[in-house]
Amino acid sequence: MSGGEKYLAAAYTVIFVTLLVYVAIIAAKLSRLERETAELAGLAQERRPDRG
Amino acid sequence: MSTSSLNRSGFGSPVPLLAVLASGLVGIALALVFFVAPEDADQGLSQKIFYFHVPIALTAYACFGWGAFKALLLLWRKEERYDLESYVAVHQGTIFGALTLATGSIWAKASWGHWWLWSENQLVLFLVLFLFYSAYFMLRFSIEEGPRRANISAVYALFGIALVPVSFLAIRLAENVIHPTVFTREGPQMTGTMFFTFCVAWVAISALAYALYRLELLGKRLDSNLRELREALSS
Repeated sequence: MSGGEKYLAAAYTVIFVTLLVYVAIIAAKLSRLERETAELAGLAQERRPDRG
Repeated sequence: MSTSSLNRSGFGSPVPLLAVLASGLVGIALALVFFVAPEDADQGLSQKIFYFHVPIALTAYACFGWGAFKALLLLWRKEERYDLESYVAVHQGTIFGALTLATGSIWAKASWGHWWLWSENQLVLFLVLFLFYSAYFMLRFSIEEGPRRANISAVYALFGIALVPVSFLAIRLAENVIHPTVFTREGPQMTGTMFFTFCVAWVAISALAYALYRLELLGKRLDSNLRELREALSS
């Protein structure tokens, strides 16, 4: 690989990795939100018999 | 939680469609960069960094501008949602700003033999802009959540926008021109194919930034709504 090719590859790798990490962080957050939603749904379900 | 708040959170969200569109456009841009755009006579292959470096920098400016606009709307209309929209825009701008500095440094090393030159106003001014908006988060998270935090963050985001034209124009006004000025008064200093490739890459990066903006906003609104729901169920 020539010098120019190495720098080109490095630049596009930095872009790709940064965006991948960013998307992964958002995905992890959405997974946590999904778990919390399930928890809250369970909590709401437990409370229903109290109203009945 | 109002229905409109729920709709803004996730029902009928355009995020999946935006993600597909952005992915497609980025794919097309990459294909054009590596298989269609000709190699630069002076810089060779390393010049192809330009096709993503410049759109990323322009997108960073646009994100800071959008964040400032949303901040202005918050101060004017006092609607809570603008705080989150401003914060996410500034966050996006910071990420794209970091990418601009990273890709710019790599291209600088390839072209000029230096990772960074403190003598170049253009580089330093962009770094100042980036650091200014990085400090936004330190300010924001040092204040307890509420209207006071939203207002102070908005004022800070608005102040920062003054740095954007200064940073942008520095590339054109600097006498010591090492950082290339491709777009001049005579028009773009590149072939038609190169210009077309640049335009496609710019649209692709803009679409990507917008998709990521809507995705992050969706996540943050869901988080906020779930917290409200948890408080309501706990009481």
